[in-house]
Amino acid sequence: MNLHLTDEQQMIQAMAREFAGQHIKPIAAEIDRDARFPHETVKRMGELGLLGIAVPEQWGGSGADTVCYVLALEEIARACASHAVVMSVNNSLYCEPVLKYGTDAQRRRFLTPVASGHALGCFALTEPEAGSDARNQHTLARRDGDDWVLTGRKLFISTGREASFALVFAQTDQAKAHRGITAFVVEKGTRGFSVSRTEDKLGIRASDTAELVFEECRVPDAHRLGPEGMGFKIALSTLDGGRVGIAAQAVGIAAGAYERAVAYARERKAFGVPIGEHQMVQWMLADMTTAIDGARLLTLRAATLKDAGRPFTREAAMAKLFAAEMAMKVTTDAVQVHGGYGFIKDYEVERYFRDAKITAIYEGTSQIQKLVIAREVLGA
Amino acid sequence: MKILVAIKQVPDTATAVKVGSDSKQIDTTGITWIVSPYDEFAVEEALRIKEKRGQGEVVAVTVGPDRAKEALRSTLAMGCDRAIHVNDAALTGADTLTTARALAAVVKQEAPQLVLTGRQAIDDDMGAVGAQLAEVLGWPCASWIMEETVDADAKTVRVGRQVEGGLEIFELPLPAVLSAQKGLNEPRYPTLKGIMGAKKKEIKDLKAADLGLGALTPELSITTLEALPARPPGRIIQGETKDAVKELVRALREDAKAI
Ligand SMILES: Cc1cc2nc3c(=O)[nH]c(=O)nc-3n(C[C@H](O)[C@H](O)[C@H](O)COP(=O)(O)OP(=O)(O)OC[C@H]3O[C@@H](n4cnc5c(N)ncnc54)[C@H](O)[C@@H]3O)c2cc1C
Repeated sequence: MNLHLTDEQQMIQAMAREFAGQHIKPIAAEIDRDARFPHETVKRMGELGLLGIAVPEQWGGSGADTVCYVLALEEIARACASHAVVMSVNNSLYCEPVLKYGTDAQRRRFLTPVASGHALGCFALTEPEAGSDARNQHTLARRDGDDWVLTGRKLFISTGREASFALVFAQTDQAKAHRGITAFVVEKGTRGFSVSRTEDKLGIRASDTAELVFEECRVPDAHRLGPEGMGFKIALSTLDGGRVGIAAQAVGIAAGAYERAVAYARERKAFGVPIGEHQMVQWMLADMTTAIDGARLLTLRAATLKDAGRPFTREAAMAKLFAAEMAMKVTTDAVQVHGGYGFIKDYEVERYFRDAKITAIYEGTSQIQKLVIAREVLGA
Repeated sequence: MKILVAIKQVPDTATAVKVGSDSKQIDTTGITWIVSPYDEFAVEEALRIKEKRGQGEVVAVTVGPDRAKEALRSTLAMGCDRAIHVNDAALTGADTLTTARALAAVVKQEAPQLVLTGRQAIDDDMGAVGAQLAEVLGWPCASWIMEETVDADAKTVRVGRQVEGGLEIFELPLPAVLSAQKGLNEPRYPTLKGIMGAKKKEIKDLKAADLGLGALTPELSITTLEALPARPPGRIIQGETKDAVKELVRALREDAKAI
């Protein structure tokens, strides 16, 4: 097994680290406080090629791979989890399925602008009654000549307000249940498609989480991604890849909190010595760094399998489950190491603590990851 | 227009430098290496000149050991077209004049219209190579430049140098050597595409013999490196503010002799 990063991977990691440190870290607290979408830095991420990492250059992407993607994503998340979710949704949940299932004409129109960072994409699966039970889609797409007419609501859609393109899942044949779900690309500005609200959240506050409404929204059949009835399969395979990204996001959040805890343990004195000399603090730091490395290795394993074209559903679910729970524990302990100051916004670990929670919820809750893993284990 | 950029690989600015066991070199274990920041300004400026003119070639060159190839690759990822690596055991620990002579030999082979470099490498801070290179070549040189404009025919370059209270503007005939000061520009990050494409660009390896360099006797050699004496710990003056201020003034006057 090769645990050594290639020159390119190291350079991409270093570039992402430097960019995040210089341009994202300084604004992270402010955009969290104001729940402000960071247009300027997201645009620069697009110029650097961070928004279409694994998309071939031919379609506006960077032509790199999943390992490069998770390395860069971890660095971005280490500075700001909100930037990381924008990046992960754009790469994994939008570009990837359009690349994989789109025709060349669709790639030209719907992928190139998004992979190159000129526009953003979002992924709209969840509905008020279809979260973990994603099959329970109520959004309908009715065939009308050469068009489809969409009606329904999508809830909690990351980048839903900012995105120019939405990958939307809808029921085209209710009799076939989840085998009657089909995927469509809907462009912002299409009549009948609107954003009705954005949520006020605990964490990842600078990323917009929006409700999308479709009222007699007419899209041509050329916007259908993949065959009729393939939508649910597309959603599941997309989420496999997305989970590797969320695992990397969780690792980054934990690593950012951990670094601050280490610095604080060196600085803060109690009982006449730096708190890092107290064994119970050392114990926390040792557990934190060990768990972060464990999650990082699981993440890199899933990414490596994906790049090799091997099955990785189980490994992606394991990485996401472990990394998300790890991030919850590590950020909790990072606050603990800071004592009362950890509870105060000035010290920023407070933000990491709030941001960590979402990684155990979206793209399948931790409970759902366990279901996926168990199903793979038992072959059921 | 062809531009050569001379760069050096140096320890990361965050490195805690330790003197090596021979007291002549630093201990390089565990060091992260980077392109010297002033050289990055030089690379950026060269790329901007090329982009502004819509054509041309930017060639990065370094004199250094095997590891220096990473630094060249970073400049290729930023956008340099190709690179030249002068890598020869005979040049290990070369002094600035020897380095300048090796670079001059490369310049003669490549015949660029402009050579850019950083005002100094941030490891040994000699700040001599740019000027020495110009001297060896017999070319004009402007150091620590803050701005430049190459004329349309690439016959002259106007440069601004920072001096106390303002800018000093010069016009130099080309070819010339310029060294970059902080503030000249903000170096770009390499894009992912740039990084992925760097592998496909050429890095030419050259030995001293390929450059027709004869015996390389340094004019300057290091006698010994000495670590700085450990700084005595700071002192916190306790007590009521008015007493503490009195004590501070006394300590500054009598102990530190600072006032
Ligand atoms: C900030 C944010 C961003 C999001 N971004 C997107 C996005 O971009 N696109 C998108 O489509 N969706 C997005 N979501 C939706 C997210 O994926 C869902 O919220 C998530 O899948 C859980 O669904 P739910 O909220 O309906 O919870 P429910 O499904 O109602 O779950 C409630 C609880 O029950 C548990 N549970 C449910 N079923 C089972 C079971 N079978 N066995 C054991 N336990 C179970 C869950 O684990 C959870 O603890 C986002 C959500 C948030 C909060």
